[in-house]
Amino acid sequence: MKTYNSMERVLTTLGHQEPDRVPFFLLATMHGARELGMGIREYFSRAEHVAAGQLRLRARYRHDCLYGFSFAPLEIEAWGGEVIYYDDGPPNSGEPPVKSLEEILRLQPPRLEDAVGLQRTLATLRLLKQQSGDEVPILGVVMSPFSLPVMQLGFELYLDLMEERPDLFRRLMAINEEFCVAWANAQLDAGATAICYFDPVASPTILPRDRYERSGFAVAQSTLSRIKGPTATHLASGRCLGIMDLLKKSGTAALGVSSLEDLAEVKKAAAGKISIIGNLNGIQMRHWSNDEARAKVREAIAKGGRGGGFILADNHGEIPWQVSDELLMAVSDAVHSYGHYPLNRGEVS
Amino acid sequence: MIAPQLLHSELETALLSLNKVATRRIYKESGLTPIGFAEDVFMPVLDRIGGKWERGEVALSQVYMSGRICESLLNELLPADGPDLKQPPPIAVAVLEDSHLLGKRILCSVLRATGYKIHDFGQQHLESLVTRVQSEKIRILLVSTLMLSSALRVKVLRQRLDSLGFNVKLVVGGAPFRFDERLWLDVGADATSPTASGAIAIVRRLTQEVECENI
Repeated sequence: MKTYNSMERVLTTLGHQEPDRVPFFLLATMHGARELGMGIREYFSRAEHVAAGQLRLRARYRHDCLYGFSFAPLEIEAWGGEVIYYDDGPPNSGEPPVKSLEEILRLQPPRLEDAVGLQRTLATLRLLKQQSGDEVPILGVVMSPFSLPVMQLGFELYLDLMEERPDLFRRLMAINEEFCVAWANAQLDAGATAICYFDPVASPTILPRDRYERSGFAVAQSTLSRIKGPTATHLASGRCLGIMDLLKKSGTAALGVSSLEDLAEVKKAAAGKISIIGNLNGIQMRHWSNDEARAKVREAIAKGGRGGGFILADNHGEIPWQVSDELLMAVSDAVHSYGHYPLNRGEVS
Repeated sequence: MIAPQLLHSELETALLSLNKVATRRIYKESGLTPIGFAEDVFMPVLDRIGGKWERGEVALSQVYMSGRICESLLNELLPADGPDLKQPPPIAVAVLEDSHLLGKRILCSVLRATGYKIHDFGQQHLESLVTRVQSEKIRILLVSTLMLSSALRVKVLRQRLDSLGFNVKLVVGGAPFRFDERLWLDVGADATSPTASGAIAIVRRLTQEVECENI
């Protein structure tokens, strides 16, 4: 059988065909720091670090993407928010920069060229593209206009906004959409192959379906249609089955799936329209044995792999710092052992 | 007297559709005292809604709004410093080293809606939390987290509280604990619940334990 490079492998599965083996995305944002022997804050301070870390992780674990994403509050920093660094976890957002709903009237989207953190990510993407060419997909990341307000306003105020001020909600979505489209397209211009559209608030875990259908769905349709490259929606561990029909109509090509849902059920619901990415439980991975890792990988491949349209990954889009290198290697070895097509039913089930 | 099951069903429908008027009407027609309504109606209904969220049948925003509606009504009926609130050992709720406050907000609403008086410590760093636990003589501390790194800091919190000799029951909750059912044991907590409403039964049990220790 033909051996594919990572780009061919991923494109084949996104076309709902079987490549040589199940593609594997190791969405590790922080482990590159360990590769380079430095702390998390220092690692994220330079594009060269993140690019080198991503390249080393790919070489070590033989996975199928380069991840340009640093951390979630990167965008909120551009909006005037605070980023808080930790020694043992991803940077977190501090106090929301928007303190009252009325401030939305005066809010303007930040200019990309003024945002040091965003420029650093663009530099990372350019370096990754220079180093890898077209051999491997490079993933850029945006927060959806519909989910960014959790960091802009705080969750409670955002829920109040949705309930009580539809006028200001529409204004905020319009501002956020302009920013999101510009940010996504800048990443594509810098070398990203595709954009991961993080939209956890869309999940029925967070909002009732009817509420999403009346609000965030239109935002997703409009935003995704303006992003000049392929997109994958990620609900960041939230459930998806209740809105699968809407996701199929949103224009997204792939979907990050939660460990809370059965991969076989999600695959069936996606029905050849959306590829699925997932769904190893990153939080539990912290204490898996190597045998458990192998079993979990086999199970995921058995449930999601047949017929393509499947990429093995964690369920959140960010593997915790506490997951050991040895465990990541066990996951990688398992994909390379059990993920070759054609999948042997007896072998993987 | 209206049958409890009918009351529960009507209230659940009212809360999930964010109907404050219907919630108030159901209370008035129940013939129950405020604290009786909190214990016999709010508590089981919020627990049912929490269970539905855990099973993916309702959304977090509905859990949040349900708690707020109940809390708001009970606050009207029972002022926070009034004599009818339960008088358990001092209970506090805090978010540890994180700015994501929604989980704590839901927890406060649910506990207040079921008649508990709560010290809301808000967002806290580890040392400031230890100080407040000491100064306010907290016996039951509920800690909400969103990030795994914050959840793991609970282990240090436990060690600090133990080393200072504070006899505090520690209850943890939030996403990391939902996704890893053994994490609460790893960090040395006394209990966890996947839902805020599940914390009510835990608080009730721990209250009894603390009261037994005080005898």
